[in-house]
Formats: sequence, structure tokens, C-alpha cells
Amino acid sequence: MNDAIIEAASVHKTLGAGAGQVEALRGIDLSLQRGELALLMGPSGSGKTTLLLVLGCMLTPTSGSVTICGQPTKDVDKEGLAKLRREHIGFVFQSYHLFPTLTAAQNVQLALDIRGERGRAAVKKSREALAMVGLQNKVHSLPQQLSGGEQQRVAIARAIVANPSAVLADEPTAALDGENGQAIMKILKSIAQERSRAIMVVTHDPRVVPFADRIIHIEDGRLVDANESEYKHLPKVTALKM
Amino acid sequence: MRLALTLASRNLFHDRLRFIATLVGIVFSVVLVMIQMGLFLGFGQMVTTMIDHATADLWVVPKGAKCFEDPSLLDARLANRVRNVDGVAGVVPLVIGFSDWRQESGEMTPVFMVGVDLREPGLQPWNIVDGTVEALSERGALAVDRSYFDRLGVNGVGSTAEIRGKRVKVAAVTDRIRSFTTTPYVFVDLKNARMYTGAPPDRASNLLVRLKQGTDPEKVAQSIRAEVGDAEVLTNGEFQSRSRSFWLFGTGAGAALFAGALLGVIVGTIIVAQTLYSSTKDHLGEFATLRAMGSSNSYIYNVIIYQGVLNAVIGFCVAAAIGLVVVEATARSALPIVITPSLMAGLSALTLIMCVISAIGAIFRVVRTDPATVFMR
Ligand SMILES: Nc1ncnc2c1ncn2[C@@H]1O[C@H](COP(=O)(O)OP(=O)(O)OP(=O)(O)O)[C@@H](O)[C@H]1O
Ligand SMILES: [Mg+2]
Repeated sequence: MNDAIIEAASVHKTLGAGAGQVEALRGIDLSLQRGELALLMGPSGSGKTTLLLVLGCMLTPTSGSVTICGQPTKDVDKEGLAKLRREHIGFVFQSYHLFPTLTAAQNVQLALDIRGERGRAAVKKSREALAMVGLQNKVHSLPQQLSGGEQQRVAIARAIVANPSAVLADEPTAALDGENGQAIMKILKSIAQERSRAIMVVTHDPRVVPFADRIIHIEDGRLVDANESEYKHLPKVTALKM
Repeated sequence: MRLALTLASRNLFHDRLRFIATLVGIVFSVVLVMIQMGLFLGFGQMVTTMIDHATADLWVVPKGAKCFEDPSLLDARLANRVRNVDGVAGVVPLVIGFSDWRQESGEMTPVFMVGVDLREPGLQPWNIVDGTVEALSERGALAVDRSYFDRLGVNGVGSTAEIRGKRVKVAAVTDRIRSFTTTPYVFVDLKNARMYTGAPPDRASNLLVRLKQGTDPEKVAQSIRAEVGDAEVLTNGEFQSRSRSFWLFGTGAGAALFAGALLGVIVGTIIVAQTLYSSTKDHLGEFATLRAMGSSNSYIYNVIIYQGVLNAVIGFCVAAAIGLVVVEATARSALPIVITPSLMAGLSALTLIMCVISAIGAIFRVVRTDPATVFMR
């Protein structure tokens, strides 16, 4: 059995048009494995977000291919790509992107609702997902009543409630203090390990490095073999129990 | 409740000011349409009051007569020939026309005379509240509606005035027989009517024909047509719709009412479309998030359409409440606004269609946005 959840081959992505055109990705080959937590690091503007969105089928590559769980995404239309995301991908963003008028539980439940999962079972699943991120006491809170760390945990619960094969997170800890950032990474790590999901986290934050199984470096739209020595001194976090 | 509906309602009620603006728009537009159409129905009912209250199965009217109030005359002697047609139970000539009413004070008011042979069922005043129909056969006796007392300078049975130099006396008072024009109706005996309107003794405005039970009006009408030359023979229903279409469409009154209603629909749709569009624009991030979560486009359209439908339901309920107040308030006026269940049903459908159509612009806005751009910042 192939453990690759997401595979990218020679992916190029040009953004913008005319004079403002930028080649954000210039030939990316990458494979994201079941059970691993990979970090995607690189300078600002290097194409991290672009790559994450391409891997998550939110952007289509200008050339090259992306395969999700063995399914090629070439020539798949927008509704088809939405279906692929629904079946395989969960996103987490730096600014949470929660629905401000819905409670924590409803935010999570929405991920099931769009999949046609409704009723008691959906409510139960949402509660469980919130419990997994330690928010069993906040199910009825609105996002504005939650701290940043709590909001991000709701976003993670929403991303994982439907059991996607991969979770793609764009700077999930950037808006959080150290302690909250660590808590988020612990949750993501445990999802990778215990549920054997593929997790990719875009980050600038060296403090999350210990959680990584692998660090992918990107510079100017290309993956580079980076000198990892700057992080070598950090202890590795391996087995994790929540 | 469906989560999509919850999301729609929260989005809708979240921005109170915008929601109120939307409601005002919908309510304004629905009430405007309701009043215009209610006036249309009210007017449509008013203009056939006389025909509705006549005891007639068929009408013989002068060729080309457009409505009950048409001043043209026909040969009154046709009545004898019509009376002999098989199936006819009775024929009553009717004389109508304008005349001038001179109050005791000398003030002049135009009035509309309705004169019919009072010994036979034809077109007698109804809703008599004082005096009797029988008293009308006396010389100079007439019936007026109490809503016109001020206009006619009278105060009940026994009051006097002058028409064409002849002394007249109120012998009966009716209630709520109002004209849709500003001219009061005055009921008189046939003979008096000729005198007051100047119609020659051998002329009449219409002939009211009663049929024997069980006869086919269409068939008898056919036989009567053979007897009356170029005069027209209409069933009660035909005369009603002819009168109605003359007053509503021949005069442009109906077109004006419909134009007002159309304006209401257009203004309402634009207001709702505008607020729904701007609300959707404010929530583009949320729609992009839904898209990133893998939601289908139709799920997103549903959220937007639910907002439109919620607007429609709430707006319609408020408008309907206002409409009922308006109906109540105008019930006793010269031109009551009539709101029927089918008008209500039509209006609710119209409101719904209006709000769903307004959602189209918002949906296009979402479709036009690439959700990825929301996450590229
Ligand atoms: N719509 C666009 N049109 C043109 N160029 C764009 C557009 N969006 C992004 N870019 C450019 O593409 C490149 C990659 O952007 P991207 O957002 O992927 O970088 P990033 O690594 O995520 O940066 P950051 O760390 O600041 O988030 C940048 O040079 C950016 O300026
Ligand atoms: Mg970025």
C-alpha cells in the first residue's frame, strides 16, 4: 500500500497577470506521507501558502501534477476539486476563519453539514472533535468569546471532524503565544500519529520544529536542501500522548 | 434547524441596520403593490355595484354601450317585443343619467339618477335605513345615501331640494351605496327619472331582462337579439366585465394602478438585491472558507437563497399586517381597498420570487470570487 496521501510532481504555479505576474512555484516535487507531520519553512514570499493551496486543491498548478490519495487532479473541475477536498483535506489557517455568528460546536458541525451528515450523529461527532482539542466546555461559545488559542483549536476540530486524510495548516501558531502554539502543535502531532493522517504545517516559528518528522524548505518557489543545523540543537518530540 | 439556515439567519440578523433597511424596502414595496392591487380590486368591485344589485339575467343595452353609466339610449318600446320572447319572465326599462341637484341654499351639485319601474324587481335601492321603496313612486320622491347628506344639503327623510326646477323630497335613505366617482347616486321612479334627466318617454338607457327558471340565458339572449335590431344583449356577467374593463382599462385607471404596482416590485427587488449583495460581499471570507472546507457551490447558493427567503417571509408578514390595517381604515371610504385571499397568496408568491431573484446578484458575486485569494493574504 502506498502511504503517500498527497503527491506533487514538477508543479509550477504562476500567479497574477501581466506585469504583476509572479512564478510562485517553480518545479516542486513532493510527497506527503500518512502519519507524518511535515513542516514547510521558508522566507516570506517564498511560495509556502501557494504550495499549501495547490496541495489542497484550492489552486490548480499551471503545470505539473498533484495527486490526492492516488487520484490525479488534472482536468478535474471546480466542483470535483471541492469534492476531493471534502473527502481528503482539512485546512487550518493563521486567522482561524471561523464563522463568527456560529457557536464552536456549530462551526465544527458545519464541516459535517456540507458533507450531508446531519442530526444527532453529527452533533455527537462535533462534540467529540471539540473534546479532542480540549474544548469540551466551550461547545456553546461564540468565537469572540474564545481566546486565539481556543479559536485555533476549534478550527482544528473543524478540520479533522470529518476524518480527512491530510490536514494542511498555514501558520496555525503565528497568532498565538508560545504556550498556545505548543498546545496546537501537540494536537496536530497526535492527529498525525494516532490517526495516521498526513499533516503539513507552514511555519516561521522555530519553536515548532521539535514536533516535525520532516522539514521541507522552500525558497523562491523551489524546494531546497537546507542547512538544518540551526535547528539541530532543539530536542525532538516523538511519541506524544494527549 | 438546518445549519445552512442557521448560518443564513445569523448572517442576516447579525447586521441589524442592514436587515432593517432590507425589511423597510420589502415592506414598502409589498405594501405599495398590495394597495395598488387592492385599489384595483376595490375599483373593479365598485364599478359593477349597480349591475351586481340588479335583478337581471340579461341586459339589453344600446349598441356599443361601454358601461352601466353609458349615456346612450335605446328605444324603450323594444321592451314589449322582448317580453314576448320565449323564456322571458319580465322586462324592466332603466333610465339613468346626470342631473343637477339644487340645494335649499341654492348650491348646485351634479347627481347621477338611477330610475327604474319600482313595481317590478329590477334595480331598487338596497340597504334602506329610513323611509320605504314604495314611497318613491310618489311625485318628486327620491332615495339618497346617507354618506352624501352633506354634499346634497339634506338631513334625512323629508328634506327637500330642486332638480330641473321641480321640487324633490327625500323619501328613503340608504347606507353605503357609494359611487366610485364623486357624483352621488340618486334613486327615483322611472317616470321621475325621465323628467329629471330629460330622456324622452319612448327612450330608455337599458332593459333589464329576467328569465324564467331553468332557461338557458345564452339561448334566450340569442332569441332576443333577433328582436332588438342593433341593440346588444349581454348576460349579467358580460355586462359586468365590460363595465369593469371600460373603467379599469378604457380610462387608464387600471394601467396606472398596475404601473404603480410594477414600480413597487422593481424598487423592492432593487433594494433587496442591493442589501443581499452587500451582505454577501461582507461574508465572502466565510463563503471562501466553506469552499475550502469542500462545500459544493449549491450549498453556498442555498445559504444565500435562505437569506432571501427569510427576508421574504419576515417582510411579507410585516407587510400583511400593515395591509390589514389599511383595509380596515379604508373600508368605509369611497374607494375601499379590497384584499382577497388570492391577492394575498399572489403577493406572498411575488415577495418570494422578488427575494429569490435578488439573490442572483449575490450568487454571481460569490461565483466571481476565487476562494483561494482569501487565504493568500
Ligand atoms: N495574486 C497574486 N498575484 C501575483 N503575485 C502574487 C499573488 N499572490 C501572491 N503572489 C506572490 O507569490 C509569491 C508567493 O506568495 P505566498 O503567499 O505563497 O508566499 P508565502 O511564502 O506564503 O509568504 P508569507 O510567509 O509572507 O506568507 C510572493 O512573491 C507573492 O508576492
Ligand atoms: Mg503565506
